[in-house]
Amino acid sequence: MTTLTVPELSLVVLVGASGSGKSTFAARHFGRFEVLSSDHYRGVVSNDVGDQSASGDAFATLEYLADLRLRRGLLTVIDATNVRGDHRAQWVRLAKRHDVLPVAIVFDVPPAVCAARVEAREERAFGAHVVRRQAGDLRREVRNLRREGFRYVHHLQGVDAIDAAVVERPRPWTDRRDDHGPFDLIGDVHGCIDELLLLLDELGYTVTVTGDGDDAVHAITHPEGRRPLFLGDLVDRGPGSDRVLHLVMDLVDAGTAVCIPGNHEAKLHRWLTSGKGNPRHGLQATIDQLAPRGEAFRERVARFIDGLVSHYVLDDGKLVVAHAGMKEAFAGRASGRVRAFALYGETTGESDEYGLPIRYPWARDYRGQAAVVYGHTPIPVATWENNTLCIDTGCVFGGELTALRWPERELVSVPAAQVYCEPVRPLQAEPAVPARDVPDALDVTEVRGRRLATRLGVSVPVTEAGCDTAIEVLSRFAEHPRWLVHLPPTMAPCVTSKRPDLLEHPDEAFAYFRKRGVRQVVCEDKHMGSRALVIVGRDADAIARRFGLPDQAQAGRVLSRRGRRFFSDDAVEAALLARVRSALDAAGFWETFATDWVLLDAELLPWSAKARELLRTQYGPVGTAGRAALAAASAVIAQAAARTVASDGDDLAALGARTATRADALDAYTAAWRRYCWDVDGVDDLRLAPFHLLATEGHVHTDKDHVWHMETLTGLCAGDPILRPTTWRLVDLDDAAAVQAATDWWVAHTAAGGEGMVVKPRDFLARHEGRLIQPALKVRGQDYLRIIYGPEYLLGDHLDRLRSRSVRRKSTLALQELAAGLEALERFVAGEPLPRVHAGVVAVLAAEAEAVDPRL
Amino acid sequence: MLLTLTTTHQPATDLGFLLRKHPDRAQAFPLPWGTAHVMWPEAGKERATVALVLEVDPITLVRGQATSSETGPLAQYVNDRPYVASSIFATAMNKVFRVSSARTCTERPELGGLPMPLSVHLPVVRCKGGEGLVRRLFEPLGYAVDVARLPVDDAHPDWGGSSLHALTLSATLPLADLLSHLYVLLPVLDDARHHWVGQAEVDKLVERAGDWLAGHPEKETITERYLRRQHGLVRGALRQLVPDAPDEDDEDADEVEAAEAAIERPARLDTVRRDTVLATLEASGCTTVADVGCGEGKLLHALLARPAFTRVVGLDASPAAVERARRRLKLDRRPSHWTERLELGVGSAVYRDARLDDLDAVVLVEVIEHMEADRLPLLEAAIFAGAQPRVVVVTTPNVAYNALFEAMKPGAFRHADHRFEWDRPTFEAWAGGVAARCGYAVRFAPIGAVDPTLGAPTQMAVFTREGSA
Repeated sequence: MTTLTVPELSLVVLVGASGSGKSTFAARHFGRFEVLSSDHYRGVVSNDVGDQSASGDAFATLEYLADLRLRRGLLTVIDATNVRGDHRAQWVRLAKRHDVLPVAIVFDVPPAVCAARVEAREERAFGAHVVRRQAGDLRREVRNLRREGFRYVHHLQGVDAIDAAVVERPRPWTDRRDDHGPFDLIGDVHGCIDELLLLLDELGYTVTVTGDGDDAVHAITHPEGRRPLFLGDLVDRGPGSDRVLHLVMDLVDAGTAVCIPGNHEAKLHRWLTSGKGNPRHGLQATIDQLAPRGEAFRERVARFIDGLVSHYVLDDGKLVVAHAGMKEAFAGRASGRVRAFALYGETTGESDEYGLPIRYPWARDYRGQAAVVYGHTPIPVATWENNTLCIDTGCVFGGELTALRWPERELVSVPAAQVYCEPVRPLQAEPAVPARDVPDALDVTEVRGRRLATRLGVSVPVTEAGCDTAIEVLSRFAEHPRWLVHLPPTMAPCVTSKRPDLLEHPDEAFAYFRKRGVRQVVCEDKHMGSRALVIVGRDADAIARRFGLPDQAQAGRVLSRRGRRFFSDDAVEAALLARVRSALDAAGFWETFATDWVLLDAELLPWSAKARELLRTQYGPVGTAGRAALAAASAVIAQAAARTVASDGDDLAALGARTATRADALDAYTAAWRRYCWDVDGVDDLRLAPFHLLATEGHVHTDKDHVWHMETLTGLCAGDPILRPTTWRLVDLDDAAAVQAATDWWVAHTAAGGEGMVVKPRDFLARHEGRLIQPALKVRGQDYLRIIYGPEYLLGDHLDRLRSRSVRRKSTLALQELAAGLEALERFVAGEPLPRVHAGVVAVLAAEAEAVDPRL
Repeated sequence: MLLTLTTTHQPATDLGFLLRKHPDRAQAFPLPWGTAHVMWPEAGKERATVALVLEVDPITLVRGQATSSETGPLAQYVNDRPYVASSIFATAMNKVFRVSSARTCTERPELGGLPMPLSVHLPVVRCKGGEGLVRRLFEPLGYAVDVARLPVDDAHPDWGGSSLHALTLSATLPLADLLSHLYVLLPVLDDARHHWVGQAEVDKLVERAGDWLAGHPEKETITERYLRRQHGLVRGALRQLVPDAPDEDDEDADEVEAAEAAIERPARLDTVRRDTVLATLEASGCTTVADVGCGEGKLLHALLARPAFTRVVGLDASPAAVERARRRLKLDRRPSHWTERLELGVGSAVYRDARLDDLDAVVLVEVIEHMEADRLPLLEAAIFAGAQPRVVVVTTPNVAYNALFEAMKPGAFRHADHRFEWDRPTFEAWAGGVAARCGYAVRFAPIGAVDPTLGAPTQMAVFTREGSA
């Protein structure tokens, strides 16, 4: 039995004369879709598998399909004779273009056997001479296959060998998708052993050492089973490269850490094994530090570096780590240029004023779904760009040693104790390739039909249709993009209750959070009005400065949830903003938060202030029509019932009773929406109920929990009667009495006409098993839902039919919109350019364009 | 949901024979979206009243219904359909009272076709045309019309009156005529249908109303509303109803008409504008052009009709407008040398767009006034600083000229969506600023008849990138 090694991501080229058993072999050892057969596609393009005139088109089809499959990272088998060198060269080129390994399997069968098999076929009629010529070609060239570029050549001689062969498909070394961490990714250490130990301690690791000198053994433990993942460049420049190597080698050997190589390891390896290399750029320091170590230690270092894999794809493909970064097309691939990219990155071929090569800004073009975390290029602050993050914060140059917690995406840093090495170029964002873009021009090509990578880890799709809708909204209806620093997410309801007469009940919301490990939730009164984002500046100058709108006379804006101006009347908006501003002044808000602007997420009441047209054209007339029709019908039914002798259907008494019930339902519907309407003559009749203090200068306050938000905002609301505080309570989900009390409160609140409540995990952004969970669930009351599901939704069997709703799509959208909206806000607060902020806003609106049940 | 039909014909109980409904019985008829009940609140010799009560299942009714763009997203679920007499009602009436066969009465043949005093009461109908339309629809047919408008909401008198009305119609006529009038005119009043309208509806209309609709002064309105304004169907129905009418159902009737209009009437401003822009592009030797804010694609059509324009890009911020342009340009019927030169899609003048790169010209015809003035710097960044075409053409209304439009109120804009309208100095100051900042030379030209003091109705700026000549 022969075992043929075929790497999981490779292009397998079968080589053999017609009738040598290629197709039979392929069908036995590879998947149905993995095999591309020239015979099959000759048939597809010509209706005749034997039509040699169709070979050119068939091969073009084959190459096209193989190209698509390899781009998608799928093993592909070419089932054609491939006895000609120029054909094989075509496949080798294709494999290289996709950075996959070309593999040849040669079927060396006596020409007589092939000819006999071909004779036996119905559809193919060519002579034995053709088969003999193919076999001759093959025999001449088979020994050249390695030279042609095939990385594996399996030569099967004879029918028996072919029958006995089995295929083994090892996964690529880079594939660690089944490793879910959690990890702490650590950037370029460069021999900074003290900072490394401090960082490990900060991250919660306990490092122990047993033994002395080269024989010492390091071990590491973490209470949550986390593992450090080193992004290369452990050595050079710093004071303790040997000690860093010693520690990391021990951990990697024990399986308690993961490491990928950097360019400095590659250089050290070359020096260790060949004695060659330029000792500049810090290598001399490492050479000196390794000198007192024993020969065995140095050999171990060389072996260790040799065994390092260029990059890894981890955590179901969500994380890619490589020292110098990784293009999407290269991730998980194997070739010389992939390894070179992982170690050195790409350069433009130009040098900067310090004589250093200008790196090609691959991250700017990155559109992958996987987060790429890398080091290599020292920068002052780690900042996500298109779902990529460089965490080399230049420790050895006196910066910081930074780690990224995965999957939490939190950054942890320790400062360098000193400058160990003067950088050639000051530590700053390196000069990028000059862009021909205008800095402030809005551009949606960045996101249209792609995904917005967010720091919350949610990759938000922006479909072309959704993007088109967003462009229309933004171009025709929305406020100036500079005001649009955030848009709020939609909110999903809890899953449907099974209780009689209820679609929603707090139990389901509590159960959702309990199941996801949330211990405490905050229940908030759900105000029934219209969502409003309120931007308030301390004065007009502050707004002009921060939002870059020099012509704005007004020191703030009130925006609807889709980014429109909330008020058509400037005076009303100005008056409302003035009231909020004086409440902020009085509370000393500006000083407390060291800011001169604030973004509040709020509900603005009454509903009728914004929804008047809807009430006039829809809610009012439905009630009027129902009242008139039901009253007239009741009278007629009663009159007829009094004199009717016989009835072939329901008797009229039953119809009368049903009609009376419908009239009651309609009255309840009317009462439900009338509660949310009152006349507004001026700003005094408005109520603003802020529930999130979203951002101030330098801060997005999603790191504070909802208790903080509620307490801070309640304090603020005391300053003005038009500010309405939100009734709220903190509920410990393990405390049955507290849960019951919250449920009772919801029952009483909704019975008294309240819309319902919003249940939020105590933390603003809560995660379960590393993934973001719903930030809030609404639980709406029975009466309120009449406004949503229609006056008669509780009658007959209607409710049971309505229960078959699914909240999944809505929940997905809620998370995507949350991530995109906060991404926009984080970017704004970080002072990023307008187009970057705007991309998040476009993504929210594109998600909003998705068709989803409007009743949810 | 309720209709009552009263007669004072003697004996009034004859109504039961005509409707084949016994006055002492109540009957129920199952229908796809609910149940129709027939009952008799009174049935004496002097006066008899039959009532049709509909119990509509609102959940079944909404399935498969598209929402109207006029109302909110919840209109499917919160609506007046279960309560008003609408097209559902007409269908139920047909099923229960057998409108088509009411002309014959097997048991009492002398009653079929006999005029009798009849009165119909509908407690709620919806009619957006108001009382006037109700009267125009029914009075020509000989009815005494009693119509009362209902308020939007009792509790909010300041919200005004609604499109809901209580309606009573009285006339002396054969029952079959009354049923046929209601069958056609209830959906017309309501102006919404609970089902798809296709050729079958044309046949029903002709069958039910053939004898009275042709002479009705509102026959166009009735046909249009009945057939939900599907112009092909409306034309077909009118041709069947009024056989002598000229046949306009020619494939390119629209274009023929447009051509006539162009000859007969003084040239329209939008045509002049289009021709001026075209001439400007041709004079400057531009062959690759983008029309940003292309609307329904009139300029695109003109550009594509001239082979000298080798690449034409049409963008509009409204996906609906792009779809209309695609239809109006009849791209599915055009030869490939048209379609291959055109790129049509959603895009906006305030967004940087790769489709605008490397073109000779970008034209913005009557576009800037549709955006808030504070967005103009974004347009400048996207088009002038970003795409940097050799030529940019911008046209916009000259507000001073509005004084010469008799129909316009002082201070009003020409279009409801205009965010501003500029006089010549304002436009020229803006354009001059853009040109100076972005390296363009700019010249101005009037479009349309020039008034010696007020100028032309439209003003045009032609920007040429410096160093490109």
